[in-house]
Amino acid sequence: MMEAERRQDHEHDERVILLGPDDNVVVVRRRIDAGSLVRIGGRDVSQPKDIPLGHKLASRSIRRGEKIIKYGAPIGSATADIGPGEHVHVHNMKSDYTATHTLDEARARHGDVP
Amino acid sequence: MKTDSGAPISPVSMRGFLRADGRKGIRNVIAVAYLVECAHHVAREIAWPFRDQDVHLIGFPGCYPNGYAQRMMEALCTHPNVGAVLLLSLGCESFDKYGLAHVIRQSGRPVETVVIQASGGTRASIAEGQAWVRAQLPVLAAQEPVPMGVEELIVGTVCGGSDGTSGITGNPAAGRAFDQLVGEGAACIFEETGELIGCEHIMASRAVTPELGVILEESVAKAARYYATLGYGSFAAGNADGGLSTIEEKSMGAYAKSGSSPIAGLIKPGDRPPRGGLYLLDVVPDGEVRFGFPNINDTAEIAELIACGSHAVLFVTGRGSVVGSAISPVVKICANPETYRRMADDMDVDAGRILAGEATLDEVGREIRDLVVSLGHGRRTKSEELGHREFVLTYKSFEPIGPACLPAA
Repeated sequence: MMEAERRQDHEHDERVILLGPDDNVVVVRRRIDAGSLVRIGGRDVSQPKDIPLGHKLASRSIRRGEKIIKYGAPIGSATADIGPGEHVHVHNMKSDYTATHTLDEARARHGDVP
Repeated sequence: MKTDSGAPISPVSMRGFLRADGRKGIRNVIAVAYLVECAHHVAREIAWPFRDQDVHLIGFPGCYPNGYAQRMMEALCTHPNVGAVLLLSLGCESFDKYGLAHVIRQSGRPVETVVIQASGGTRASIAEGQAWVRAQLPVLAAQEPVPMGVEELIVGTVCGGSDGTSGITGNPAAGRAFDQLVGEGAACIFEETGELIGCEHIMASRAVTPELGVILEESVAKAARYYATLGYGSFAAGNADGGLSTIEEKSMGAYAKSGSSPIAGLIKPGDRPPRGGLYLLDVVPDGEVRFGFPNINDTAEIAELIACGSHAVLFVTGRGSVVGSAISPVVKICANPETYRRMADDMDVDAGRILAGEATLDEVGREIRDLVVSLGHGRRTKSEELGHREFVLTYKSFEPIGPACLPAA
C-alpha cells in the first residue's frame, strides 16, 4: 500500500489513497465530512454526505457498464454514470458474480439501531 | 540470522508440549467434547468451573452421522494443543464415539467417555466428568514443555467483519507475517475460497506446479457455483456498511492475507500440511449443494483451520469482531483505526496505523510474526484473556484430495 501511496501524484486529496495506477476509484483513509471539498484529479469536489473510512470515491468519470477498478483489478460494474469524486458503492455499482446483500432497506424502513 | 529483507530474526525461545506423534503444542488444553446437542449442557457444566484452566468446550450438535464431522472431531481431539479429552455422549446418538475414543487413545492422550444415559443422568454425569477433569489437571500441569522452533508452527489466517480498510492494512500485513513465517519454515494456511472469487487466476499463477494451479482455479469455481445456488455471496451486510460494494472487492482484500509466497498445496478440513510452505484450505463442500452454507460464520472457518493443525489463527477485522476459539489462540488484527480506538481491549494488533502513515506494512507484519512466536512462550491473546472460546461445527461432505493437490517438495 505504501508503494501505491508513493506512486500517487498530488492530484488527489491526502484523505484518499489511490491503490493502483489504473484504478478508477480512490479509497477514503480519513473520514470525510459532509460539505467538505475533496481534491480529486486536480479538481475540488464537494461531498453531499459523510464518507466513512474505507469507502470509495470515483477518481475520474465512469460510464454506466464500465468496470470499477481497485487494486488494479475489476471489482464489479457501474450501474449508472458516475462523476469524478462521487461516492462509489452499492447504489451505483454491482457485482459481476453474486448480488450484494445489505440491510439498507430494512434500516430505511425501521430506523437505525439507537 | 537474517530474513530475506535483511531484518534480524528474534531468537527462538518457543516451548511446546511434545505429543506422541512428534508434533508440539503451544497450549495444553483439556477438550470437553459433546457428541450431540443433547449432551451439550452437561459438557458445558463440566467445563465451566475450569474455564480459566484451559478446559475448552467443543462438540458436534447433529444426531445423524457425518464423515466430515467425525474427521473434524478426530483432528481437533488429537490437535497438538490438546493434552487430554473428555467425551460426552447422551447414549443414543449416531456419532461414532467408539472410533473417536480409539483415535484419541492411539494418539497417546488420556481419554474418557461419559455416557449420560448410563451414568444416571445430568447430575451424576456432571460430577463424573468434573472428577475426571480435576484428576487430569495436575497430570497436564506436570508435563515439561520442550524447545520448539518456528519451523514447527502451523498458522492459519481468516478475516471477518471486513471493511474497506481490511484489504489495505490488516490483510496485507498478515500476508507479510505469512511471508516471514514461511521463510522461516513454518506452514501457513489461508482459506475461504468463496472470498477468492475474482482472484483465482492471479492465485493460480503462484502455484508450485501448473496442475496445482488448475486445482486452485477449480476450487474457486466450485465456491462460485455453490454460493450462486444459495443466492448469497460470502458477504455480510456490515461489509457494505464498511465500504465494500461487491464480493470481488472483498475477495481482492481477503486474498492479500496470503502474502506472496508460492502456493505449495491445496488441503481440505482435517488435512495437515505435510511440510512448511503456504497452503490454500478449500472449505467449500464437494458435490451437489447440501447442508446449507459452507461456513455459517467465522467461527466455523476457524475450527477448520485448527483441524488442519493450526497452533494459532490470525484474524483480521475491520468492523470489529470479538471472537476467539477453543483449542488455539486467535490473534486479532484490527485493520480500521476508528474501530481500534473503540475496541482496543479486544485487539492484539493495531494495523490501522498503516493508514495514518505511522507504521509500514513490513513493520506491522513483523509485529504479527513476533506476537505469534511469543504465544509459544507464555503470552496470551486478548480473546484468550477475555475467555472467548467460540466453537461451531456443522454438516459438510468432502472428497479426499488427490496427489496433485500436494506436489512433492
